[in-house]
Amino acid sequence: MSVVAVTRAVPATARRRGISFLPSRSGLNIVLAVIALFWLVPTIGLTIISLRPESLFQQSGWWTALTAPAQLTLQNYVTLLSQGLATGGVLDSLTTSLAITLPATILVVVISGMAAYSLVFGQWRGRDVVFLLIVALLVVPIQVALIPVVQIFRGFGSITGFNPYGTLLGVVIFHVAFGLPFGIFLMRNFYIGIPNDLLEAGRIDGAGQWTLFQRVVLPLSLPAAMSLAIFQFIWVWNDLLVALVFLGGNAHHPLTIFLLNQTRTFAADYWIISTGAMISVFIPLIVFFALQRYFVQGMLAGAVK
Amino acid sequence: MAVGVSTPTASTPGATARVVPSTGKSTGGGGFRDQLGSLGFLAPAAIWLLVITLYPVVATFRNSVFDESATSYVGLHNYQAIFSTASILVSFRNNVIWVIVFPFLVTFLGLVFAVLSERIRWSTAFKTIVFIPIVFSATASALIWRSIFDLDPHIGMVNAAVQTASGWVNPPGLYPVNRGAGQTVAALASSGLERGPSNSLESTSTATAGDTLELGMIGINATTLQLVGAQSAVEPSASSGAITGLVYRDFSPSHPTIRGQVFPDEDGLPGLKLTLLGADGTSAATTTSDQHGGFRFAGVGSGSFLVRIDSSNFRSGFTGIFWLGGQSLTPTASLSQTAQALLSVPLIDLSMIIAYLWIWAGFSMVVIGAGLAALNRELLEAGRVDGATEFQIFRRITMPMLAPVLVVVFVTMIINVLKVFDIIINMAPGASQGDASTLALEIFNSGFTGGIHSGLASALAVILFLLVIPAMVSNVRRIRG
Repeated sequence: MSVVAVTRAVPATARRRGISFLPSRSGLNIVLAVIALFWLVPTIGLTIISLRPESLFQQSGWWTALTAPAQLTLQNYVTLLSQGLATGGVLDSLTTSLAITLPATILVVVISGMAAYSLVFGQWRGRDVVFLLIVALLVVPIQVALIPVVQIFRGFGSITGFNPYGTLLGVVIFHVAFGLPFGIFLMRNFYIGIPNDLLEAGRIDGAGQWTLFQRVVLPLSLPAAMSLAIFQFIWVWNDLLVALVFLGGNAHHPLTIFLLNQTRTFAADYWIISTGAMISVFIPLIVFFALQRYFVQGMLAGAVK
Repeated sequence: MAVGVSTPTASTPGATARVVPSTGKSTGGGGFRDQLGSLGFLAPAAIWLLVITLYPVVATFRNSVFDESATSYVGLHNYQAIFSTASILVSFRNNVIWVIVFPFLVTFLGLVFAVLSERIRWSTAFKTIVFIPIVFSATASALIWRSIFDLDPHIGMVNAAVQTASGWVNPPGLYPVNRGAGQTVAALASSGLERGPSNSLESTSTATAGDTLELGMIGINATTLQLVGAQSAVEPSASSGAITGLVYRDFSPSHPTIRGQVFPDEDGLPGLKLTLLGADGTSAATTTSDQHGGFRFAGVGSGSFLVRIDSSNFRSGFTGIFWLGGQSLTPTASLSQTAQALLSVPLIDLSMIIAYLWIWAGFSMVVIGAGLAALNRELLEAGRVDGATEFQIFRRITMPMLAPVLVVVFVTMIINVLKVFDIIINMAPGASQGDASTLALEIFNSGFTGGIHSGLASALAVILFLLVIPAMVSNVRRIRG
């Protein structure tokens, strides 16, 4: 009893002593509120710029809309979205982003899961060495592989007649390669925690490797697979460099290139940039808010990427 | 927002599973077919990584000693070219600035946010707000910040704030002349006026008591007229003992080519601060022009006088700081050109680092927060029982226990900024992209703009690869345990 009493009593005095080190509670609330506001301002600004008529952009700052909300309009969105799926338009870019991101995500989750299964439940020698090699690959900059992979794609093209360079498939292939080390790392660390007895029971019942993977390991590792999927989705969705390099002159490009192209015109069209940026962050935001627990877990597990 | 970024206690990066347990996983049984089967599971990943990651790394080393089209051997020529090209050296300098400044700041911010937000009720909301920018693409974030730092105070929020502040300290005149943009006060003189000393205007002719002066100015735009509330020009009547006059806009829509004559459709210029100058150049009286541009110096003594339109009328306001420009923050004027290029810290680097902190502080905060949550509470309590102050506990217990997590964040951020690319290509305007360039941007520019150029870009990629090797070794060591 006395121990409990002591541990309960002490923090109060400690808190009193702590005043000299940390600001008071109300002071702390104010400081953090100011920081939170500072962090919100850019997003609020972007939202408002996208909701103001183009003509007002150079005349007055977006913050004037806070006192004159009548200026706000959805016209920019209507204009951009009414282009429909026309090549190079924002909706075309949105579907291109999806066409790259979805396969790149699914492939990474499945292939990583399989590799991790082999690394954890397989019985071949050298598994640990292979795993450490994969850990080493985690930090390899994509820049190191760009040119050789373009060469490989071209070589493949000259042999088979299909050159993945300049196609969405080429972009997906590259993204999968650079998503795998993190994927395997994450999935393996999760599989380690799965009791081997569960698999042993299946083996006794005569289940094959694929059945064990599909029926036992995969369902158990759903949280890890979710983490990986969200992480990979947002990673690929937000990529600019890989698409820039591997799409070459392809007329269909993802949203990041759509945005970059607007800055390269004579005068950056901020109404397109802001509206396009809002459209581009919409899907990752939904994914994040719906599944953020998994996202944060994935990030913590892979803080090394 | 309801769910928020809570602090998961499950796994902390410092304590991710290590290699050792996997050996314990092998089940004794399983024949050759089983082994082959489980190797088969590894095959897709193995092939992918061999072809698209491992082989390319080797090939890049090879390409770095070959020419532009990767066909003929050139030895170390590409590397020589890198270290003798000023623009590439500038990109190295920028990488050094990023690596020195950013990982430290982002780790520090993350630590402060994680520690402080533990003590408020709305910590989940706070963490979510700070964390959100990670979900945005660096491209979108860079474009947001590009507009925030825009030169024009009507667009850029930062310059709007600086403009407001500088307006309090040094208020601009009613008729600002932006000399920075090449405008001159003398160009405003149309009739009866000439250039005076230090950006003022003076009447061309002298006047004595009872005289009336007509002072015509030109080049005053409609916005300014509207702002000062100009009304049609009305000349005050002459009176003995006073010098009167009119300052007007010497442009009549009905007689657009005639100067030096006051028409009914011309505007008087109100609010101008005027000084009456004696023959010796000293100030005899001051006044301000009225709504219709008229003025009157009463009680003028004998002698002849000049009327001066003071320079304060033309003082221009703040015209904006070029946050996205290459001007240096460090004084390097006295150095040689190469030294200037290597030792200057361009303002745009600072602006981009601020934007990047906005993106990544949330990551740092959440990872460090998870580390804090996983701390051994008993040790902290023991410290308190022993009478340690809150600061001593933080300094002597929390920090050492948190050190592995701080190292993970720090190393992750070093790797991150070595590769920094998206923010630069999007945030730096074309004119300052050279000043803001980094290794990753140089690789892209030399390798992929206008066709694929192998040699130089590969050599740069090799250097980038060598730079991340310490981080690679540290990761492998940490995981091996």
